[in-house]
Amino acid sequence: MSLRAIIIVAALGIGAAGPLRAGDQAHEHHDHSVRQSSSPATHERQHGHQHGHQHGHQHGHHAHSAQQTSSSSAHEHQHAHQPGHRHGHHEHPAEQPGVGESHEHHGHGGTTHGHSAEPLPVEPIPALTDADRAAAFPELRAHPPHGVSVHQFFQFEELETRDATEGTALAWDGRYWAGTDIHRLWLRSHGERVGGRTHSADVEALYGRAVTPWWDLLAGVRHDFHPADSQTFAAIGVQGLAPYFFEIEATAYFGEAGQTAARLEAEYELLLTNRLILQPQIQLDLHGRDDPARGIGSGLSTLEIGMRLRYEITRRFAPYLGVVHERAFGDTADLRRAAGEDTDDVQVVAGVRIWF
Amino acid sequence: MSGFRSRPAQAGPTQPSRRRFVQGLAAGGVLAAIGQWPRPVWALKSPGYPAVLSGTEFDLTVVDLPVSFTGRPRRAVTINGSLPAPILRWREGDTVTLRVTNRLPPDAVHSHETSIHWHGILLPANMDGVPGLSFDGIRRGETWTYRFQVRQSGTYWYHAHSGFQEQAGMYGPLIIDPREPEPFTYDRDYVVMLSDWTDLHPDALFARLKKMSAHDNYYQRTVGDFFRDVRSNGLSATLKERAMWGRMRMTPTDLSDVNAHTYTYLMNGTTSAGNWTALFRPGEKVRLRFINGSAMTHFDVRIPGLKMTVVAADGQNVHPVTVDELRIAVAETYDVIVEPRGQDAFTIFAQDIGRTGYVAGTLAVRQGLRAPVPAVDPRPLLTMADMGHGGHSDAEDSHSGGSHSGNAHAEHAHAGHAAHSHAGLAAHGSIVQTHPPSERGNPLVDMQAQSPAPRLDDPGVGLRNNGRRVLTYADLKSLFPDPDGREPGRTVELHLTGHMERFSWSFDGIPFADSAPLRLKYGERLRIVLVNDTMMSHPIHLHGMWSDLEDERGEFLVRKHTVDMPPGTKRSYRVRADALGRWAYHCHLLYHMEAGMFREVRVEE
Repeated sequence: MSLRAIIIVAALGIGAAGPLRAGDQAHEHHDHSVRQSSSPATHERQHGHQHGHQHGHQHGHHAHSAQQTSSSSAHEHQHAHQPGHRHGHHEHPAEQPGVGESHEHHGHGGTTHGHSAEPLPVEPIPALTDADRAAAFPELRAHPPHGVSVHQFFQFEELETRDATEGTALAWDGRYWAGTDIHRLWLRSHGERVGGRTHSADVEALYGRAVTPWWDLLAGVRHDFHPADSQTFAAIGVQGLAPYFFEIEATAYFGEAGQTAARLEAEYELLLTNRLILQPQIQLDLHGRDDPARGIGSGLSTLEIGMRLRYEITRRFAPYLGVVHERAFGDTADLRRAAGEDTDDVQVVAGVRIWF
Repeated sequence: MSGFRSRPAQAGPTQPSRRRFVQGLAAGGVLAAIGQWPRPVWALKSPGYPAVLSGTEFDLTVVDLPVSFTGRPRRAVTINGSLPAPILRWREGDTVTLRVTNRLPPDAVHSHETSIHWHGILLPANMDGVPGLSFDGIRRGETWTYRFQVRQSGTYWYHAHSGFQEQAGMYGPLIIDPREPEPFTYDRDYVVMLSDWTDLHPDALFARLKKMSAHDNYYQRTVGDFFRDVRSNGLSATLKERAMWGRMRMTPTDLSDVNAHTYTYLMNGTTSAGNWTALFRPGEKVRLRFINGSAMTHFDVRIPGLKMTVVAADGQNVHPVTVDELRIAVAETYDVIVEPRGQDAFTIFAQDIGRTGYVAGTLAVRQGLRAPVPAVDPRPLLTMADMGHGGHSDAEDSHSGGSHSGNAHAEHAHAGHAAHSHAGLAAHGSIVQTHPPSERGNPLVDMQAQSPAPRLDDPGVGLRNNGRRVLTYADLKSLFPDPDGREPGRTVELHLTGHMERFSWSFDGIPFADSAPLRLKYGERLRIVLVNDTMMSHPIHLHGMWSDLEDERGEFLVRKHTVDMPPGTKRSYRVRADALGRWAYHCHLLYHMEAGMFREVRVEE
């Protein structure tokens, strides 16, 4: 109550104090608006009604111009969606989001409109001078804005030795991206060298675009250097983080000679401690047709299940030990049997996971 | 909670910290004194304060400075070779002239350009110091002259607004003496400026956040925690709670993006080891002007054994409120008065919101004393209620978590609190938070709050029911009535949005680069409603104009320049558009701002 009195007194004082430049403020309404500006608060304190009703009331009481009432109530309508809670609840309007929409509720600026019956502030809005205007909008050169930085990331998710039957193998699974939060160039590479000879090696170059919060769509090319003659595919796929923190990568490949393939990879991280992390991983390879030169049969060709236990000495450097079980299916298994190879294989692996 | 409440403080030799993370090995910080610039002593109203620059004419030079806060030499970006920058002391009503010269060497952080923004100060737009909005910045070798009339009083600060120079050391206190006597008295007056230092180049830290935002979160729940929770809460409750977080692809231990694994916390530019000390005589009233000049760190501040009477927030006087502890968001300032007596030394203790580290200084009757330094509090877990997903049961469920070290404490009280503040609304089935269309399907928006609430009386995660009286926004009652007095003519609702994994931050899902200015009409009064659709606390700062914080009923509470928005909150404030021009409006977490949580507010005729 006393607070309201202070506001009124202060306002009257200011109102009486100084003439503003003509046209700057709607002086003729000044006293009136002061009463108005303090009224809503009174209503609210005394009755705790919902905003919509209050303002209806208030305008009725003070009998302002129709123009003003409508401009105010257009806005206050928003408040009326709220239930009539009395205490302690948040009753702000859940207005249409976005900046643009709210403009329509804006009646008059109240500063230059001579006929405006909008309430005047207790502390007057200073009249603008040309110096103010010049200081407000200086001529500037272009300046790079926040939020468009380009970054890059390189990781060997796996860089390991395997105790393969033909000798020690070196295997890698690496990835690189460069770009923004939405658009990225991806390079991915898998491969294996056994006894100093490259057994398999592929590189993918993909454009990746974030399409949902957790999924990127990728498209590009894959080139296989080995096994056998090199071959090139068009690649299209998705990668992302599924619910429950499963990391998923799924890609379909369409080769230049009509061959097709698909690869599905999923990973999970189990925190034994915050540095000792067990990572199960599964990879499925499928092919559209037989390719005996590469030991590939149509359908589900191979399934690889890995379990790697890493210790993050730092986030960027984590040595690991693991086991990988690979198994061939269907025609692929037949081809292996025909070549005198095993159709499944368990390997112990040791390596490092690094990124920078 | 901390076990410290009534432990008698012993004035004795320094006790080295037992904590395993780096609290700062180097006592001093500044490696080589650059000669002509004296180090501030941080005392305003006690004998001799040579490095406080006062008057109306100031020459400030931005220079490179070798420092060591961790034992490793690094280079800071400083003003006049001082970290923090010298205390500037102005007088309300004066016209101040500040000549700022960029003397950075080419290899310094963002050296091609610098700038100083006077945080919370009302001034013409071209004096605000934001390159690209107010001016062109100060290029290497150039001098820019700021000149404006000081129209306010209180405790503020100033800092760089170019690149990451603020992180690199370019921040300092700003004290404005009022024309009229202040409504409180004190015998001594000290600035306590808190900040976070990293040995990393700030560009490298930003890049790291983009590559692996969870780098510093070494507190995620483990397999062991899962079994512990199963034992205490049962399998189905534990699974249900884990599934909720799993579906969101988030972790309840994610309290801050960067913590003491990266940062060394500083008090007036000194590590805990350096023990910044403020002197008092028993019976004196000491004014402490807390300023959070951090890039990314919310601090919880207390002085075990002393009550703090908060007399001002963000430079604005409030009805005095006496508390044991306060959370100071990045860029906020709080003035408190303490009356130390009965002990020779008291510890000024500031721990980070994630409970990963702290900085401590001392209030003492003479130099060289130290009181016991408490351990950091148990680490809290975020609850679904914290995330704005209301519901009593959710909150109770997540209460079950323990962390790997077994010291995470659940937020029992909060479950009740959240239920209280939402349940009424939920029961009427009316408050389902709507979201801007720009958030829908937006790859840069990883969550939305379903039932956010103002929660002005909530001390915040990690501070609830800790046995101490903790300051909340609801306690901040302005000493003066709303100076404008008008009801807002319109309401603008903006959502704080982001994606933790991508480390992308924005308003309404639109990073600054793609956003249109928020246009205000000169002279209008509007209400800004903020909804936090993320799991981080965002201190939101509007340049050039006040943010007049409202209570739950939409009535004026307190005048601020920075409004903290914890996760799950929806808060509103009034803005009086009495400053023509282009103004920055942003999250004051430096890397959130740089990642896009920034808008231009344009006040036009």
